[in-house]
Amino acid sequence: MTAAVLDPAVVEGLVAQSASLLTLDNFWLSALLKILLCTVMLMVVSLVGGYLEHKAMAHLQNRNGPMEAGWHGSLQLVADGIKFIQKEDIVPQAADRLVFAVAPGVALVPVLLGFLVIPLGPGVWAEDLELGLFYALAIGSIGVLGILMGGWASANKFSLMGGIRAAAQLIAYELPLILAAAAVAIQAGSLSLVDIVESQATMKIFGTVSMWFVFPQLLGFAIFVTAALAELSRPPFDMPIADSELVFGYMTEYTGIKFAMFLLTEYGGMVFMSALISVLYLGGWQPLPGVGLPGCEAVGGIADCGALGTLLGVGITLGKIMAIIFFMVWLRVAYPRLREDQLQKISWLVLIPLSLANIVVVAIGKVAL
Amino acid sequence: MSITTPTKAPFGVGLLKGLGVTLKFLFKKPATVQYPHVKPDLPPRTRGVIALFDENCTVCMLCARECPDWCIYIDSHKEKLPAQKEGGRERTRNALDRFAIDFALCMYCGICVDVCPFDALFWSPEFEYSEYDINGLLHEKERLREWADTVPPPPALDDGADSPAEVADAIAAKENELEAAHAKSEQAEQAEEAAGDDAPPKTKPAAKTGTNVADMHVEGAGEQIDQAVYDEQIAAGKSERMARAKAKAAWVRAQKKAKLAEQEASGGDGGGDEPAADAGASTDAPPKQALADVHVEGAGEIDQAVYDEQIAAGKSERMARAKAKAAWVRAQKQKQLDDEEGGDA
Repeated sequence: MTAAVLDPAVVEGLVAQSASLLTLDNFWLSALLKILLCTVMLMVVSLVGGYLEHKAMAHLQNRNGPMEAGWHGSLQLVADGIKFIQKEDIVPQAADRLVFAVAPGVALVPVLLGFLVIPLGPGVWAEDLELGLFYALAIGSIGVLGILMGGWASANKFSLMGGIRAAAQLIAYELPLILAAAAVAIQAGSLSLVDIVESQATMKIFGTVSMWFVFPQLLGFAIFVTAALAELSRPPFDMPIADSELVFGYMTEYTGIKFAMFLLTEYGGMVFMSALISVLYLGGWQPLPGVGLPGCEAVGGIADCGALGTLLGVGITLGKIMAIIFFMVWLRVAYPRLREDQLQKISWLVLIPLSLANIVVVAIGKVAL
Repeated sequence: MSITTPTKAPFGVGLLKGLGVTLKFLFKKPATVQYPHVKPDLPPRTRGVIALFDENCTVCMLCARECPDWCIYIDSHKEKLPAQKEGGRERTRNALDRFAIDFALCMYCGICVDVCPFDALFWSPEFEYSEYDINGLLHEKERLREWADTVPPPPALDDGADSPAEVADAIAAKENELEAAHAKSEQAEQAEEAAGDDAPPKTKPAAKTGTNVADMHVEGAGEQIDQAVYDEQIAAGKSERMARAKAKAAWVRAQKKAKLAEQEASGGDGGGDEPAADAGASTDAPPKQALADVHVEGAGEIDQAVYDEQIAAGKSERMARAKAKAAWVRAQKQKQLDDEEGGDA
């Protein structure tokens, strides 16, 4: 019976292919390190991204942003977290208590799990699944369930509207996101994120010019970034939490640590999507198109780059993630929120046809060139 | 009439412009002032808090009645002042017991400052008086008086503007006083001299002729001015009004003097035995001239020592100059007198 549930090919696809540096002989130690990697990505890198959002947004708006907690307000989010923990945990009387309590976790855990397949540097990843891209996109769409649960269980019209809007938005933008990513998979010839990074290292257009996937697939890149913004409910696609219409959408009734978990989901989602964008289109840990990391020419495989190359690779990936987060913040500062019907129109009438056309062009190019 | 349609930029240009506008600010210094660490650069007449000079308050209650928020509380009692003259009536006066402004209610409209007819309420630029307890925002008389020390002085007058009437009056009064004091001291010196010499007191020509200077009528008074005095006053930085008044007065004085001299000359011709008496007296005693009669060249120079002394004593520059001038003239007169005496001896 169990064999019938999972297709053997899928089961095979979920098996790691390239071993990471964290894979050790001791299973438990190895598992602990991998969990630590995902947790650090969620708890530390997300907070750095959040700090970047605070400061970049402030300076783009002629302000200073947080200045008091720590050096130039660098500990502001830590202070916020401590504050949230101390807050009273209020549950509305009419709320579905169990669902209300579980919803933030359902939203947060998929982000944590998503970091499992993100390659940060040569050998620095938790698992390199053969279906890595598929896994990343699939696990990312579970988050909407938590949002919908929170919106419904709050027993609040604003929460419900926010939750429904979020669900409609995520369904609408899942399609262009996946179709754009499919074009990348076609060009790379693999669904493994590590393979996709590697194929960008070796890719040469017309056999001479080295480049990342962003150049031949500029349209796909634009579609993916737009859809990612909508997936994250980031401005200008933040209708699910539109302050002026819905108070704070599905988060309206949440307080304290539960609210903090929703916020962490947003920042973690930003880091996750930025990491995905940098892996799919911007060459992952490679410093420049056609330029590899120092020490990676060794014969020991891609996981063997030496300490310097590995650290440099991780740094470059994190830098790219922060640059993309800055871009997201920049858009947030510059653009007003779209209307709900415009949002749906952009997805169904513009992005999905374009992404289908993108797949066709990329497929033809892949076969012809 | 032709309708011009605005030229529409191609799609996306507006979006890029928006990004450009925001990006520009990333490279600018933020406008934020880190307030508790950096004090804000406020205009000098910022309306921060209302200050009270309670010594100026007459409890007229205008401020309390005009206050739209009713946040001014005033209590007072009447006091009897003793009569100023013997047999006069006692006067009553309002004494301020309580003057409080509740800054929790105040909306900083400033109407109380505007309506105060006795210069008791002023705006102060101080603004850091926030409190943890709302009761602390009720500032009583003493606290309001402390704010008064932070009120900036009134703005300087424009160049060439008339000095305020009160100030001009005060200056004129002081000058009159000085002149009177000077005349008195000269008279005293004269009397002393006369007494010391046992000489018959030298009567003033005016007294001799029996014509009081004050009673003399001068034609053209009020129209003619002494141009030299006028120029001098203007050069000394006096207002045009002041200079004109002084110059007029100087002209009248000069005219009167001239008339007096004429009268004296004619009187001398008539029954001139006084000079003879003078001459007789001079034979008895060594000839001595009264100080007042000695003419000193260059009057207007100052005695630097006296001037410095006055300045050091905290006197105003004007005052010190006047005293120093007087001292110099006195000294010169004395010197001339001594010279003459020495020559005689």
